[in-house]
Amino acid sequence: MALFASLSERLNHIFSKLTKRGKLTELEIKTAMREVRVALLEADVNLKVVKSFIAEVSEKAVGQKVLESLNPAQQVIKIVNDELIALMGSGNAKLEVSPKPPTVIMMCGLQGAGKTTMCAKLAVQLKKQGKHPLLVACDIYRPAAIDQLKVVGGKAGAEVFEKGTQDPVKTAKEAVEYAKKMGYDTVVIDTAGRLHIDEKLMLELENITKAVSVTEILLTVDAMTGQDAVNVAETFNARLNVTGVILTKLDGDTRGGACLSIKAVTGKPIKFVGVGEKLGDLEPFYPDRMASRILGMGDVLSLIEKAQEAVTEQQAKEMERKMRENAFTLTDYLTQFETLKKMGGAGALMSMLPGAGKLKIRESDLDEKKMERTRAIILSMTPKERENPQIIGSSRKRRIALGSGTSVQEVNQLLKQFEQTKLLMKQMKGGKRRMPF
Amino acid sequence: MGFFGKIKEALKKTRANVAQKLRQLFLKNKIGDAFYEELEEILISSDVSVRTAEDVVEQVKEEAIGAKIKDEAFVTDLLKDILEDTLNEAPVPTIEYPCVMMFVGVNGVGKTTTIGKVANYFVRQRKTVTVAAADTFRAAAIDQLGIWADRAKVRIVKHEEGSDPSAVVFDAVTSAKAKKTDVLLIDTAGRLHVKDNLMNELKKMDRVVAREFPEARFYKFLVLDATTGQNAYSQARVFKEAVSLDGIVLTKLDGTAKGGFVFSLCGELKVPVVFAGVGEKIDDLELFDAEQFVEGFF
Repeated sequence: MALFASLSERLNHIFSKLTKRGKLTELEIKTAMREVRVALLEADVNLKVVKSFIAEVSEKAVGQKVLESLNPAQQVIKIVNDELIALMGSGNAKLEVSPKPPTVIMMCGLQGAGKTTMCAKLAVQLKKQGKHPLLVACDIYRPAAIDQLKVVGGKAGAEVFEKGTQDPVKTAKEAVEYAKKMGYDTVVIDTAGRLHIDEKLMLELENITKAVSVTEILLTVDAMTGQDAVNVAETFNARLNVTGVILTKLDGDTRGGACLSIKAVTGKPIKFVGVGEKLGDLEPFYPDRMASRILGMGDVLSLIEKAQEAVTEQQAKEMERKMRENAFTLTDYLTQFETLKKMGGAGALMSMLPGAGKLKIRESDLDEKKMERTRAIILSMTPKERENPQIIGSSRKRRIALGSGTSVQEVNQLLKQFEQTKLLMKQMKGGKRRMPF
Repeated sequence: MGFFGKIKEALKKTRANVAQKLRQLFLKNKIGDAFYEELEEILISSDVSVRTAEDVVEQVKEEAIGAKIKDEAFVTDLLKDILEDTLNEAPVPTIEYPCVMMFVGVNGVGKTTTIGKVANYFVRQRKTVTVAAADTFRAAAIDQLGIWADRAKVRIVKHEEGSDPSAVVFDAVTSAKAKKTDVLLIDTAGRLHVKDNLMNELKKMDRVVAREFPEARFYKFLVLDATTGQNAYSQARVFKEAVSLDGIVLTKLDGTAKGGFVFSLCGELKVPVVFAGVGEKIDDLELFDAEQFVEGFF
């Protein structure tokens, strides 16, 4: 997830200039803020939001504290960071549960935001929490939308309630009745994508919320949305009083400034972010971590959490010891690969690390087929070779290549890659990529 | 309604908004720095990139100062002209037959819908059209294209969901050649441009068409959602590098988003906007016209 990478690089660049200049003057803050403004605008943060953000940050930065500070750059970063967190709201918003089941969740948003896929992702998430979700197909306009929900719902292992192109309001009502009867505790209603200015279709959504008791109205927004995100969010919120926002397609290289804008104009929490095409690619939204990410500190916390899910504590401790003692072997490398797979791929993971944006890891370096080959190569080594790769000479390489169905070049490549990984670990341990504060 | 009337119609909301703001500016009857700054902000609010907005406004400013003119109509026309020139920097390709058109883009921009509309567009020009369902990834995408093919009354070549998209392309080309189809439209799966493996898959489809159907003109169109922000530039750049682009289809212009990012695409990447999507119905497609587009902005 290359989220905010460019923005953080940009801000890092700005602030590295500030650091070099030593103590801050008002003029320098103004200069820095001009660049922050451009960076935020290029990140698609809405102009109005940028303006108020800059005003607030400047006011705080120009104060005595910064001017008297021994480390002005750190002070400014902290202020910008605090303001970003304030803007994006605080805390992690969870899905509300209705005291009177079923909990009804209605999705809404523009066309192509990713509502249908998100319904299935939510179903997977809900099932993980031991819930019984029912998906409801209320998109009667887009060709084959109902089929799509049935397919992704099937993949998620959730039942899909559909009544063809019957009036969505009626379908929603019947679905809730059905859920009560069948004992489903959560109902997720997929609705058609619509323009916020489409009176007829906006009315349809209002009518659904009148017909059934809706606990959550989730506005689904494409993270790549530009300045218009504000208009869309404002209108949907005014008409429906949405309860939360889901950002999709954050696995692209968009800077995702839309999320700052939406939070600022609606005040509604961003509950989840979609980070891939697989149904498990759904993450909670943490404003504080997101702000750290914007500032280039990486999402260390999120990384730790992900790692905890996939690695047992014991494994983690062992790995940490090995990293510390530089005793990392090819066997560990293999374990790492398998863990990575569980954690959603190396790309997702690396982008959360501070400074990893600069490493320029390409998706192709990490693709799954290649991982499989790597696995085969390591499995073709003797235990001794895995512990001590230095002993692998050319004849051993030929044997390994033959055994794994690969080539000597690939074996060489892997060994080189392994050395680089070790080096990287050493650097991280040595604190070369020190965090800003 | 005139031929491009729909674009104008679609941008009416935009027009009212921007024109009102601009009129306010002009009525101040004093062209100072604040005026140009506000002008710049109007462009930025329309998703014109900061750099382009600054450049354009700088140009207008210089010329207005040089000509010592403070007339609102003059400045409006000047700005329109400059914006229009930017859009015309990349010429729209002429369509020759037989041809293959492949539509690419990120997820959810409206590729399948666009193909339905484009198929209808060529049918109306009395061309024979075949569509190829090479989005074998997204659930029910093949069914969705099938419904559009029925609506436009054109042939569809399709395989199973999950099959190799390049194989679909191969079959579609073979079929188009055998039936002497004028226009073959290829639907592809939405893919984020940062996913190398998916971009490689696209390159493969590109190669299959080029190799198997060299006698046809081959156009590649990037479909972009007008609601998108500055990421559109990144999308265009990467897709252009991967398969080279002959044009852009700008969709969802019937909303309140203005699609101002196209200025940097036409200006810097030299990719022209060819079609504009202005609604969900099959005839909600227009040939893009720079003058009308810019006119609609103000």
